[in-house]
Amino acid sequence: MSKKDRAAKSPAPQGAAWVNLLYVVVSVAVVMLLWHIVSSPGMKSAKVFASPAAVLKAFAAKVRTGKIWEHLGYSVGRVLTGFSLAFVAALPVSFLMGWYEPFRRFFQPWISFLKCIPPLAFIPLVIVGAGVGESAKVIVIFIAAFLVMVITIYGGVVNVDNTLIKAARVLDSNDRTIFFKVVVPASTPYIFTAVRLGLSSSLTTLIAAELTGAQVGLGQMIQEASNYFNMDVVLMGIILIGLVGITFEKIVTFFERRLTAWQEIRQK
Amino acid sequence: MARDPAEMSAKKVVLHGVKKIYQGASGDVVALNGVDLEIRNNEFVCVVGPSGCGKSTLLNILAGLDRQTEGEVLVDGKPVDGPSGERGVVFQQYALFPWLTVRKNIAFGLHNKKLPQQEIDRLVEKYVRMVALEDFLDSYPKELSGGMKQRVALARAYAMDPSLLLMDEPFGALDAQTRAQLQADLLELWEKENKTCFFITHDVEEAVLLAQRVVIMSARPGRINKIVDIDIPYPRTQETRLTGRFTELKNDIWATVYSEYLEERK
Repeated sequence: MSKKDRAAKSPAPQGAAWVNLLYVVVSVAVVMLLWHIVSSPGMKSAKVFASPAAVLKAFAAKVRTGKIWEHLGYSVGRVLTGFSLAFVAALPVSFLMGWYEPFRRFFQPWISFLKCIPPLAFIPLVIVGAGVGESAKVIVIFIAAFLVMVITIYGGVVNVDNTLIKAARVLDSNDRTIFFKVVVPASTPYIFTAVRLGLSSSLTTLIAAELTGAQVGLGQMIQEASNYFNMDVVLMGIILIGLVGITFEKIVTFFERRLTAWQEIRQK
Repeated sequence: MARDPAEMSAKKVVLHGVKKIYQGASGDVVALNGVDLEIRNNEFVCVVGPSGCGKSTLLNILAGLDRQTEGEVLVDGKPVDGPSGERGVVFQQYALFPWLTVRKNIAFGLHNKKLPQQEIDRLVEKYVRMVALEDFLDSYPKELSGGMKQRVALARAYAMDPSLLLMDEPFGALDAQTRAQLQADLLELWEKENKTCFFITHDVEEAVLLAQRVVIMSARPGRINKIVDIDIPYPRTQETRLTGRFTELKNDIWATVYSEYLEERK
């Protein structure tokens, strides 16, 4: 037998590290320049956009009082709590939906019904039921993240290549083996997509919830600053939310690379 | 090839009046209508026919992945009831588990047999060497070419030591050279390890090169049209393709398949 047919090697890296770095530097520099222009004193837009220096100063002031870590800590803590609970609940529900017909038929109409409702609409109910404390916020995040994750993971479970299941069956696999050794690994990429979507909807829902009322948190900080027209703090808050989102994204990507490296990536 | 005549005559597979009806949205579709076929022990049978003739349905029924609506399906005298490692399947789309290395793909079914790890390792080594991929034991499927993937799939099926090997257009997605290589490999394996082969293809030349008998099927409803004995001695090689008898048989079968096709288009 010939060993000549060489393997089609895994996708080439997207270019050298310095090229990637260059793109990041150029992209950031251009946006900073634009920011500088729209915030310069003569511009009308300066009313909306505080200058980079002002934002930095506002940040330094909040760091000095330690207040910023409190806001950040509370917000991130709420997101992670609500998200984690949602993830733990979404895994069994979505796999059971994909695997057992009666379960799917029971849950599917409710999931379709609930997914159209913005989680914020539940706030009045949640406040009456759970008060205005931490649990109210966690519940709202839970609703937001749970729905998006169930829908995404379920989509992955039902899309598992049927040929792989057949292949496992003819290799003497029982249902248990097929579930844990075929369905679960085949769904892993979808689980990562679900985590990514779940985290981002947790974050956006939380900030929106905090904007409507909270004692502490990034959303509350923005809301309070806007009451006093402190646009430097508002902009700083917005930037921080974005940075938190990017950090989440990077962490998910880190684990995704390690756990789903086997995937055939479509080449551009 | 020396094969025990008594063993040769033993019936490996018996299909009797096999009918398959699918319930479609626009009424019932008859996929198979009364298929009768007997396959001897260690026989190599190829099935050719136009798309929609139910050849894949027939394979799925033999594999136990699908069930006939009517009729009898016996393997070793026993009715087929669900899939089993005794009946290996090689799919056209390789069906390797992409998250497992070549080693773990081949070992997948061996773990299900609850064999000791040492035995699993020994069998994986043996069959990976048989398909000449020992250098790729720890590679993932995405790092392999199509031909290599199909060789892994063959090794995975062989490692289970099935007595019946069912192949659904296994070389259909490969280029001509790789396909020729794999045909040679398959013949070599078949002559080395006695297994009954049920091989589906749409390539008449492939069927004549590999099979002892070629079953020609017709479409709508799927049924057996004709069975042709391929009286060319083994071992068969690429040179076999150049012989007069080969061409004769090939043209004969091709004419039947093509007239089926024309019939179909009417």
